[in-house]
Amino acid sequence: MTRTRVRLTFPSNLIQEPILYHLVKDFDIVINIRRADVKEDYGWVALEMEAGEDTLARGVKWLKDKGVQVDPIERDVIA
Amino acid sequence: MAKLKGLKCRECGRQYPATPVHVCEFCFGPLEVDYQYEALKGVVTRESIAAGPPSMWRYKDLLPIEGEVAVGHHVGFTPLIRAQNLAEELDCKEVWIKNDSVCHPTWSFKDRVVAVAVTKAREFGFDTVACASTGNLANSVAAHAAEGRLKSYIFIPADLEQGKVLGTLVYNPTLVAVHGTYDEVNRLCSEIADKYRWAFVNVNFRPYYSEGSKSFGYEIAEQLGWRTPQHIIVPCAGGSLITKIWKALKELKTLGLIDGPVKTKMHAAQALGCGPIVTMIKNDSDVLRPVRPNTIAKSLAIGNPADGYYAYKVAKESGGHGEHATDEEIIEGMLLLARTEGIFTETAGGVTVAVTKKLIETGVIPRGESVVISITGNGLKTPDALYERLEAHVKIKPSLSAFDRALADLKNQAS
Ligand SMILES: Cc1ncc(COP(=O)(O)O)c(C=O)c1O
Ligand SMILES: [Zn+2]
Repeated sequence: MTRTRVRLTFPSNLIQEPILYHLVKDFDIVINIRRADVKEDYGWVALEMEAGEDTLARGVKWLKDKGVQVDPIERDVIA
Repeated sequence: MAKLKGLKCRECGRQYPATPVHVCEFCFGPLEVDYQYEALKGVVTRESIAAGPPSMWRYKDLLPIEGEVAVGHHVGFTPLIRAQNLAEELDCKEVWIKNDSVCHPTWSFKDRVVAVAVTKAREFGFDTVACASTGNLANSVAAHAAEGRLKSYIFIPADLEQGKVLGTLVYNPTLVAVHGTYDEVNRLCSEIADKYRWAFVNVNFRPYYSEGSKSFGYEIAEQLGWRTPQHIIVPCAGGSLITKIWKALKELKTLGLIDGPVKTKMHAAQALGCGPIVTMIKNDSDVLRPVRPNTIAKSLAIGNPADGYYAYKVAKESGGHGEHATDEEIIEGMLLLARTEGIFTETAGGVTVAVTKKLIETGVIPRGESVVISITGNGLKTPDALYERLEAHVKIKPSLSAFDRALADLKNQAS
């Protein structure tokens, strides 16, 4: 099992969609939300995801394809 | 003297012992160094500081170092210059340049943060330091690791031009060029920092690393004769420097080292092509919207800054503001500083000068007030930014008459 801490940023068109529900149900990824701020037209969620390495990679790819920005919890580390 | 209380979460306030951790286990918020200010009161005085070395280490008691300084003994205490010519040009009464373009040893303020991080890495018993960087940070980490006889790993995106890494390679680090998109390289570096027991200076060592920036603020106050200016303009990338200068001024106040209240307005300077922090300030919104950088100010090209929210808060809390600079204005800013004060700064400095000019022109900074412009990097490292803009004025054959004619032409043009 691999664990990763990520920060997801949702554009306005995805705010109303049950993205995290699908991440859990369709990919069998365990998630644990630690902090979030969701406004009417914008939002972010800091969470931990746990699953096999391949499953996680597929889940992250699906999120990105949907238009969710997936960053490490530290955000930009290239300085 | 036990000056370090430990680390504290900036979001939920939970406390942690001072170890190499950077994220709160509970809320994933960033951790920050916390001090026993009561124990420092009366111990750190203007006199004790003045008796220290002419480097950032004169403020060692206010930095998260418990043992001896391991590397970068000569970092900091850079000139604070009364910029009379620039002041005239800007039509502003009191303009100062805090000049970290001559910071020892790698010509940017990053030497301050790296000297603290690498010293702390030695203190914690690490034998390897690392960073992901395309410029100033890479130079500084490689240099300080060499001095401290530590191994270093520097990660760069594979498409970075060779010329950009020479100033890093010369110190003999292990340079790892990663093929992939920016996001992939970024993610990989975060995973490496998580997996290996290395001091990744701006990831797991970030709480210690970032404290080094406070010295920039202490020096401004001390060099002004223990007073604070009315305005400080700070170039922002990750947003750490501006928050730490503010923290420094408030600490000096807490310790009774400056008289009167701190009334400095902190202004953020960013490029138009990568200005998410300034956008927050202008929109008066605490929501940071990540951007894709597109600017010549490469050292400030951070689209999703870790401390963006805190930088925004500092500008708000201090009554400061922010401005964006276009690529053209950045170049003009660099040329203006060079032409008036004889200082060749890099694009980040161009951003700061350009933004200062705008803030004065729009009346945000009143012309009669005192202004400190933060010049944080040196232009000689990345002269390519100016290649297309500058050329020799006069080209002649090797004869005196050719020169006489050219000189006459020049005088005619000027009149
Ligand atoms: C020259 C220069 N100035 C300013 C900054 C901004 O600092 P911060 O990331 O702390 O906002 C950087 C780097 O990030 C830099 O290289
Ligand atoms: Zn916390």
